[in-house]
Amino acid sequence: MNDTIAAISTTLGVGAISTIRVSGDLSISIVNKIFKGKDLTKVNSHTITYGHIVEEGSIIDEVLVSVMKAPKTFTREDVVEINTHGGIAITNKVLELLLLNGCRLAEPGEFTKRAFLNGRIDLIEAEGVMDLINSKTEKSRKLAINQVNGEVSKLIKDLRQSIVEMLANIEVNIDYPEYEDIEQITIDMILNSVEKIESEIKNILSKSEDSKIIKEGIKTIIIGSPNVGKSSILNRLLNEDKAIVTDIAGTTRDIVEGNLQIDGILLNMIDTAGIRETNDLVESIGVKKSIDLIDEADLILYVLSNNEKITTGQKEILNKLENKNKIIIVNKIDLENKLDLKLLPSYVSISVKENKGLNELKNKIKEMFNLEKIEQSDFTYLSSARSISLLKKSLESLKSVKQGIKEKMPIDMVEIDLKQVWSILGEIIGQTYSDELIDQLFSRFCLGK
Amino acid sequence: MYEVIVVGGGHAGCEAALATSRIGHKTLLVTGNIKNIADMPCNPSIGGSAKGIVVREIDALGGEMGRNADKSLLQIKMLNSAKGPAVRALRCQADKITYPKNMLKTLNSTKNLDIKEAIVEDLIIENNEVKGICLSDGEKIYSSSVILTTGTYLKSDILIGDTRTRKGPHGERPSNHLSDKLKEYGFNVIRLKTGTPQRIEKSSIDFTKTKEEYGDDTYWTFSFDNKIYYDKAKQVPCHLIYTMPETHKIIKDNLNKSSMYGGLSDIKGVGPRYCPSIEDKIVRFADKERHQLFLEPESIYYDDIYIQGFSTSMPKDVQEKMVHSLPGLENAIINKYAYAIEYDAIDSKQLKQSLETKVIENLFTAGQINGTSGYEEAACQGLIAGINASLKLEGKEPLILKRNEAYIGVLIDDLVTKGIIDPYRLLTSRAEYRLLLRHDNADLRLRKYGYQVGLVSKEKYDKYLQKEQSINNLISYLKTTKITPKKEVIDYLNENFKIQIKDSITLYNLLKRPEVKINMITKFLNKEYSNDILEQVEISIKYEGYIKKDVESAKKMVDLDNKKIPVDIDYYKIHNLASEAKQKLNQIRPTSIGQALRISGVNPADISILMVYIKKEYFYESK
Repeated sequence: MNDTIAAISTTLGVGAISTIRVSGDLSISIVNKIFKGKDLTKVNSHTITYGHIVEEGSIIDEVLVSVMKAPKTFTREDVVEINTHGGIAITNKVLELLLLNGCRLAEPGEFTKRAFLNGRIDLIEAEGVMDLINSKTEKSRKLAINQVNGEVSKLIKDLRQSIVEMLANIEVNIDYPEYEDIEQITIDMILNSVEKIESEIKNILSKSEDSKIIKEGIKTIIIGSPNVGKSSILNRLLNEDKAIVTDIAGTTRDIVEGNLQIDGILLNMIDTAGIRETNDLVESIGVKKSIDLIDEADLILYVLSNNEKITTGQKEILNKLENKNKIIIVNKIDLENKLDLKLLPSYVSISVKENKGLNELKNKIKEMFNLEKIEQSDFTYLSSARSISLLKKSLESLKSVKQGIKEKMPIDMVEIDLKQVWSILGEIIGQTYSDELIDQLFSRFCLGK
Repeated sequence: MYEVIVVGGGHAGCEAALATSRIGHKTLLVTGNIKNIADMPCNPSIGGSAKGIVVREIDALGGEMGRNADKSLLQIKMLNSAKGPAVRALRCQADKITYPKNMLKTLNSTKNLDIKEAIVEDLIIENNEVKGICLSDGEKIYSSSVILTTGTYLKSDILIGDTRTRKGPHGERPSNHLSDKLKEYGFNVIRLKTGTPQRIEKSSIDFTKTKEEYGDDTYWTFSFDNKIYYDKAKQVPCHLIYTMPETHKIIKDNLNKSSMYGGLSDIKGVGPRYCPSIEDKIVRFADKERHQLFLEPESIYYDDIYIQGFSTSMPKDVQEKMVHSLPGLENAIINKYAYAIEYDAIDSKQLKQSLETKVIENLFTAGQINGTSGYEEAACQGLIAGINASLKLEGKEPLILKRNEAYIGVLIDDLVTKGIIDPYRLLTSRAEYRLLLRHDNADLRLRKYGYQVGLVSKEKYDKYLQKEQSINNLISYLKTTKITPKKEVIDYLNENFKIQIKDSITLYNLLKRPEVKINMITKFLNKEYSNDILEQVEISIKYEGYIKKDVESAKKMVDLDNKKIPVDIDYYKIHNLASEAKQKLNQIRPTSIGQALRISGVNPADISILMVYIKKEYFYESK
């Protein structure tokens, strides 16, 4: 029970700030591994530290981290709380990093459970949580069974099958060494299969991340020169869906301005505040800012005015957008046409003022992300941070397999890592019995408390 | 009045009786026939993959099998020597006359140990506690504990073709009533089956048509005593042959005559999957054109040759044809026909990890009665049963080896947690942490336990401690000593071993290189080290990364094994536990969460419910 657990403890997607709570012996050292700022292992207890969450040197988010050492904490264990900038993708990314660095995803009510087990709260308070845990487990047992029929699960089963065939052949060579008539498997023979498995896993991983975009939201920016109507388009879209709009001063990366749903597609409108700033700046700065943003977004809405001639800066941006997921919006079609439409590859004409063309815009977005197809496929469960971090772990083990082959290690050594891959893949589809599995697989529906 | 009675004089019985008497408890060994003590009724070999490691574990704990095999071997080789250290294991051909003779000599010279020839037909039970045994002539002998190591002798039937005869191996008398009595006392009795091939008159074989297989050119011993009793130049060879198309045709044509394929309609016993009869192999692997067979010498004192891989329950006339279809055996004389044997065993799930039964207190069982197969599997259980019977007499906690400590631990945990369907053989693939359970480090893993229970002498233990010390010293020497790229050093390494060095490097890092072996750098060591120490150091440095991985994952298992389940837990009271889980948990009554997880039919959700229940109930009560 003394492993370190983590979970997002605020409701996802609502509000400007999300809190990720980490509890357990290693909580401070694990967070410290992904934190750039003061050394968290050396800060005083019950203090807040400013810094950044980083992955391989690049900044994921600007955060405030509260370090609280045992025993005066909710769980009576060392607790760290990371306050991120509320975006779903970012918050999940931070959680995923924690899981990759040794945290385990908390089960529903687990913080409370620990508080009880460590004597922080009494039994009567805890009983309620226990009931919750039990009912969740029963329910999730059924859900877990349903998931095993999916398509990814079949892919993973096939991968496991090909691994287990290799394992069996290696084992038979070991256990029956005198039988010369059984094919002797050598390390070179498994290299091919290992590489094939590796590319399949990478493939699943990239598909999973695609579906994660759909599930957790499309990082969308809306850009354009001043006064083309960005804000009014945004407000129109947002207002219609009665989404919560949060104004945040002082932009950093990935601040979700608001969430917008179009027939079930979640658009996370990002950094529009930053664009609005450019209203007061010369256009060249706006161009530079826009170019930076283009690289980060899943979807770019580029707004031009029907009423203005195209500028060099705008042409430059159009070039930049060539291979991106973008929709060019020609606004103000209620006014006189001065824009050379022939220069545009394809576009949606709208008039915010007369409320024209907004439905076409929405259809275009739907078409682009081909939502219907993705929704029907069974990639959804791999969009969980847990499964993705397990898949990444299996790639690590495959790397060790290849490393072992390169160093000409004996096959029974190489097999240790290969078995690990097999067991991690099993964990994803619920076919390996392990400690983490118990706590994770059946409980990933209602995180936090 | 004895403290311990051991019923059966096979490999399990010998180890059990030696353990209890050597620890100091007055012991009686009862056997049907003293001549058959430590008999090898099947293959004339000891060791093999995984099994060879078990023999070393037995030796490290202070058991007899390793030493006895060293005294009795005809040839010996290291298996899997081309693979990694984790899977190496010794196997020897043991002389079927010498091995039992040496064992009997040891038994006879052991203090506190009596041997009696008799057939045991019942136990004396009072209040679910064993008090002694009843012999077939009605005599009663009392004792504080009883260890049953009855092998295949419970209601054994010899099957050849369509005939069934109530006999044990060598036509010995079986025990006809003991298994019925065990059933009365509450044991689930199951029926198992195994088989053995023909023995051929050596002089009737044309060995020119066979391929000779020799022992290794290196001296090996199973025992850490390292005493050599053989001459490596005088090892007796085995011979390899293959089945012929004609052999397969004869078997297919006569399949319905095999006891197992219709010759007998009342077969209940389940045969071993890993060691199928030749007719099984031909039916199940129909696309294989030929199968390997080994001709193995049984003894230098008589001329029987054992055909490994040819076990069958065909009638005698078909066996004649089968044997004569083999290359070199065209005119072979069959001294003993192959047969299958059916026997009773108990459900191993009714045992505790200590090998004491859950049904009757102070009753222990070991070997084939627990559903295993193989001399080594039997011997190690006998040893553990003997140790734990002794510890119980002394009021101490039992010795329970963990899955990351010994193959013996893997075997016993599998038996009591998972149970068996067919006779259980150890395989390296049954062990999760194979790299930790090596042949070469059995003493490092287990010597301390042997010493603690009193089976390893102070002198031997001190010798072991010295070895451990030297290993640690050498490792730290390698870590702290650098060699510098002086011309003489560069030339020496390059000319002799093609090793290149540019900068100064610690010996430790040099040894980590794939192309460097420890015997290439002995020139740079601070003193001379024995081969076993060099080997140990080399393995632990070269495979450090892999060993670390195994240690880490083993730690997770040990943590779960250390989460104890209260003995008085009532699984039927646990709300939300699946009914299959309730039933399985109640039947096996695991001692820890780790063990509960290994029970088939108990899924992870059940375990988390169980853990919450335990924390809730028992935390509350103890408050």
